[in-house]
Amino acid sequence: MQIKSPEFKENARIALKDVGLQKALGNLKAGFPEKRAIAVQRMPEFHDMRDEARDLKNHILENLDIYLEQFESKVTENGGHVHWCRTSDDARKTILDICQQVDAKTVTKGKSMVSEEINLNEYLEENGVQPIETDLGEYILQLRNDHPSHIIAPAIHLNLEDVSEAFHEHHKKPKSDDPAVLMQEAREELRTKFVNADVGITGANFLVAETGSTIIVTNEGNGDLTQTLPKTHIVITSIEKVVPTLEDMTLFLRLLARSATGQEFTVYNTLSTGPRREGDADGPDNFHVVLVDNGRSDMVGGELHDMLRCIRCSACMNHCPVYGAVGGHAYGWVYPGPMGSVLTPQMVGIEKAGNLPNASTFCGKCEEVCPVRIPLPKLMRHWRTNEFEKHLSPKAVRWGIAGWGFFAKRPKLYRQMSNTSNWFMRTMAGKKGRINSLPLAGGWTDFRDMPAPSGKTFMQQWQKKQGDKS
Amino acid sequence: MSKAEIMGNIRRGLRRGEANEAQRAAVHNRLNAKANNLVPKRAQLPHAEQVALFKSMALEAAAEIIELSEHSEVPQAVADWLHVNQIKELVSASDAVLNEMDWSPLGDIQRVERVAQAGDMASLTTTFAGIAETGTLMLHSRGESPTTLNFLPDIHLAILHRSTIVGPYEDAWKMIREAFGNKLPRTINMVTGPSRSADIEQKLQMGAHGPRTLVILLIND
Repeated sequence: MQIKSPEFKENARIALKDVGLQKALGNLKAGFPEKRAIAVQRMPEFHDMRDEARDLKNHILENLDIYLEQFESKVTENGGHVHWCRTSDDARKTILDICQQVDAKTVTKGKSMVSEEINLNEYLEENGVQPIETDLGEYILQLRNDHPSHIIAPAIHLNLEDVSEAFHEHHKKPKSDDPAVLMQEAREELRTKFVNADVGITGANFLVAETGSTIIVTNEGNGDLTQTLPKTHIVITSIEKVVPTLEDMTLFLRLLARSATGQEFTVYNTLSTGPRREGDADGPDNFHVVLVDNGRSDMVGGELHDMLRCIRCSACMNHCPVYGAVGGHAYGWVYPGPMGSVLTPQMVGIEKAGNLPNASTFCGKCEEVCPVRIPLPKLMRHWRTNEFEKHLSPKAVRWGIAGWGFFAKRPKLYRQMSNTSNWFMRTMAGKKGRINSLPLAGGWTDFRDMPAPSGKTFMQQWQKKQGDKS
Repeated sequence: MSKAEIMGNIRRGLRRGEANEAQRAAVHNRLNAKANNLVPKRAQLPHAEQVALFKSMALEAAAEIIELSEHSEVPQAVADWLHVNQIKELVSASDAVLNEMDWSPLGDIQRVERVAQAGDMASLTTTFAGIAETGTLMLHSRGESPTTLNFLPDIHLAILHRSTIVGPYEDAWKMIREAFGNKLPRTINMVTGPSRSADIEQKLQMGAHGPRTLVILLIND
């Protein structure tokens, strides 16, 4: 996927005026946050589990090398193979190599954001292997030559008409505006593809070190057909997904479904351990786990360490006012919303993604709902500092902050300035207490009024309070 | 090559070299302890209440439940269900417990033992456990019970014994370890209701790629 993060501001402007997108985003706001709230209410231990999950992830990261080695040795013991890939390029080549070894023509795919991260589909196609997305949302996107705008609801930016149009064009069937009919069409189209594919590629939500298992969590059942029917099963996943035991995996599963879709449990939670066993009547003959790093190991022990706890539930973006207003494509790369604003600069470079950590009101809702308590605003602030220090922010921002810094370091002058500007703003606001146009702040006042400061400054109030005491 | 680089990076980040004996031992002790994390109170109930919870959670997840008082009633119940739904063929797992049943109630409905194929209407399998916490079935792959039976047909009929219903997932993992030790079967499925998707406008539709209908034959033995 091309990186369009530098154009965030322009993307956002377009998104805000896109009637279809705004209609589609309405479905998000009405759906996930409310369902999550109900699920959380039904589980009184939910917040204690979040603490446990945070602590457990921290323990795993402290011992990440040991757990990964344990996982690898168990996969091997069960007859599978682990491939370590430092970069996207390593991962793409490894997967193509496995496909070519079995002379693969077509590959079915379960939903995987890591595969988006490494641009797998384009690469396989260029090299004569046809990838077929089987998750309904991903399938719709593939027909439209589109990319996911959300990590668990990939086609959330589309409306029924868009799906109906795409299916009509590709399936050559009468147009329908009934979602049930459209889903049935996709089911029928994909049936034969599942059965005929040479390789099945899935992601993994967790890797269990104790048993050498990978687990996928899906509602449709497409991932299960993908990993059961073809002769070769490739799991593409990343190094931070390892957990110690089945019990530890269980803790995360309880949090994941509720944080993501607000379900009590996702319909299919499936563990894959090695290839089929002697005597098994189905299942793959070959089992490969492609472990992708792609910048993650550089985060260990650094400022972004906490981000490695992320379990990709999407709660942060589901509750983000910025994501809710502009959707996922505006962010311009694979991971949108608050988690994307932290990860994208790490993976594609702050030079290209500097806009993203600024695309936040710092309302703190993302941290409030994060099942593993990642301090997302703090991590975005890290990038803002980094961007400023590298002189990457726009001139207006740099001069503004430098100007503010000049006064902030001179308290007397600062107090005088704030008294004057308060008086100025109050005068401008008049009796209604609101300002409807302000020089240099059109970006704010074009859309809403600026409330005038209502009373005395903090310092004035403080001095008065101290005076009253004595 | 990549592995050494990744491991080196991780260790550099952790400000240490290769883990020492004590660190490894701590990790292995944790792996061997297989200790529970917080188990929700909801799942810690007397068995009768677990069964009730299982039923209400499975129904909430849109599974159908047919209650039977003993094993031998399965063929008749299956036959009745298939007749009502006008289904002529049943693809079945071949576990001994199934083969020993008297299938004459099926009449002209064919019962075949094989892996599932595209176009199959209905399958029948046993289950390993039921998990009350969320109304979840646990199944695993083996020669007698191919995994495709759980996913390809339109309808999945699954036999569950009341005695194998546990409260939390953790208790099912204990049963798995008792049965398989450290080497798990190729596939372990946890299934909670029939297949669904909300990928079109966030409106939930049942029957995406897996079974549209999940029927649990609950035997109250």
